[in-house]
Amino acid sequence: MHATANTVDPSEIAKFEAMAAEWWDENGKFKPLHMLNPTRLDYITTQIAAEFGRDTRQPKPFAGLRVLDIGCGGGLLCEPMARLGATVVGADAAGGNIPVARVHAEQSGLDIDYRHTTAEALADAGEQFDVVLNMEVVEHVADPLAYLTACQQLLKPGGLHICSTINRNPKSFLFAIIGAEYVMRWLPKGTHEWDKFITPDELFDLLGNAGLDPLDRMGFVFDKIRWEWSQSPRDLSVNYVTASRKSA
Amino acid sequence: MRFDADILIVGGGLVGSTLGLTLARSGFEVTMIDALPKATRRKKGFDGRSYAMALATSRLYRAIGLWDALAPDAQPINEIKVSDGRPGQPPSPFFLHFDHAEIGPDPMGFMVEDRHARVALLEAESDAKTLTHLPKETVVSQTVVPGGVEVTLASGKTLSAPLLIGCDGRRSGVAERAGIKRIGWDYGQTSLVCAIAHEEPHHGIAHQLFLPAGPLAILPLTQNRVGVVWTEDSNRAAEVQAMDDAGYLDVLRPRFGDFLGEISLAGDRFTYPLNLTIAERFIDDRVALVGDAAHGIHPIAGQGLNAGIRDVGALAEVLVEARGRGEDIGTAPVLRRYQQWRRFDTATLALATDTFNRLFSNDNTALRTVRDLGMGAVNAMPGLRKTFMREASGQSGDLPKLMQGVPLI
Repeated sequence: MHATANTVDPSEIAKFEAMAAEWWDENGKFKPLHMLNPTRLDYITTQIAAEFGRDTRQPKPFAGLRVLDIGCGGGLLCEPMARLGATVVGADAAGGNIPVARVHAEQSGLDIDYRHTTAEALADAGEQFDVVLNMEVVEHVADPLAYLTACQQLLKPGGLHICSTINRNPKSFLFAIIGAEYVMRWLPKGTHEWDKFITPDELFDLLGNAGLDPLDRMGFVFDKIRWEWSQSPRDLSVNYVTASRKSA
Repeated sequence: MRFDADILIVGGGLVGSTLGLTLARSGFEVTMIDALPKATRRKKGFDGRSYAMALATSRLYRAIGLWDALAPDAQPINEIKVSDGRPGQPPSPFFLHFDHAEIGPDPMGFMVEDRHARVALLEAESDAKTLTHLPKETVVSQTVVPGGVEVTLASGKTLSAPLLIGCDGRRSGVAERAGIKRIGWDYGQTSLVCAIAHEEPHHGIAHQLFLPAGPLAILPLTQNRVGVVWTEDSNRAAEVQAMDDAGYLDVLRPRFGDFLGEISLAGDRFTYPLNLTIAERFIDDRVALVGDAAHGIHPIAGQGLNAGIRDVGALAEVLVEARGRGEDIGTAPVLRRYQQWRRFDTATLALATDTFNRLFSNDNTALRTVRDLGMGAVNAMPGLRKTFMREASGQSGDLPKLMQGVPLI
């Protein structure tokens, strides 16, 4: 248990346990996120393995890597990273998520350092990571360039930055409106604003201006017949992800 | 909570220990809970029991590094002859003949004696650092807890892990405690199983003879011996089993024929009542079923063990892949991949063996004519025959990597 968790009122713990159960219920209100998770994890693990020369068929392939997940929520990405052997820090600006994520990690027998903080605050404190996961956050921030610059500062030289977001075009507008009840639940921070969405080319420019070298981009597409997500190198029209590196 | 292992396996039989070894060799911490003492698993003499391992099954054993220990005592099955006959009469002129040379250089499969398989598995276990074998332990309860499942053993010990696998046979306690119902029926038939020593060489040919009471399989073992699986109506089987060895052989001889010369018993005699029992689901919260616990099929084509080993290959592949993604291996999205993979195959196989048995365990003249013609037709068409052979040697369907001889890690 973390020191801060011990100061929490016991009646609050029961509430956090219930909230953790909610976050982790694959048929509950975060169902769309649970459905997307294996596809996101496929991309993330493949990129990390390639960048750091790790073999994901072996147990604990990410041992020795320090990973930061920004906007960690209930820990849907932190727990897999910890299971893969990485040393994980989960940060969320929504403080309510932190004890919830802690309760679940404890139940899963995983050691994860969850903090109520922001990328900017971590960068100011001089924290350094091999990998920064920045999934579905950039479309929510006021100043994307300042935010991505903080992400760049958090990386060790040669570190890997994985950033996903939503494209800005008529299709994503429809998706974001029609799919709002799904999409808006992905992050508890607030509603998406379509004009804050970023195209892949704009994101590549922003990453470059933040001092990162863009490496790769990939679409996440939802197949309505098979009712599952998959990666698509050609279709980046709605959800997509990028990989970029801080120069060594 | 901190768990005692990554995976708990209930059942230490052939499928359970193969699964335990496969998962341990893939880097998982495995605890295998086995009701029997190890000494029982390590009987020295030949007791008459043997397994028909399809080629694909032998490839899984090769991929987990066990085949070298099994191969010296394994008899290759080079050809399979299927015929339709009545005891005391020559078989019908129509029969099926499968020669491995038609589909490739490898044999169709191998006959491996139970004692050799068990010793090889026990030896391999002692080298597997992440496998713990708990003999003489039974599970009295299982409870899903946050992040995993906890079992209480008869000794009072408790164990927990993210995933519990039931390899505990047709009357699986793991399935029952998880509330998984079963469907199935008894065939009213019993298989008589024994090993026979004979004069003439068998040339690695397996025979499947369809007799009115049920099928008779003659499977080549090493050193001029064959394994015999002989199915009769259950009442008749009980009578035959009660006879002394001489009486038993007197009943067998006319069914068996004289193509191998004089015959004698080369081990103990066993009986297995036949039933079909399929679990309505192969998975539950933190639980997966493997082998007969998931699907006990009619052993007409010797596919029970091979279907169980296919479960092993599929589940190990799903779990290694999930681990590589950092997923919690005991959760529904992961286990559903295993169930989807195996359920279709299993239903097909169970239906096929059931239909086959109903068609062939019958002395109706019309049916007999139809199946004779059917066998003649299959035999005359090389394409169809090759399809049957791929099925029999376990090479059809969505084959797990391990069963193609491809290692997982």
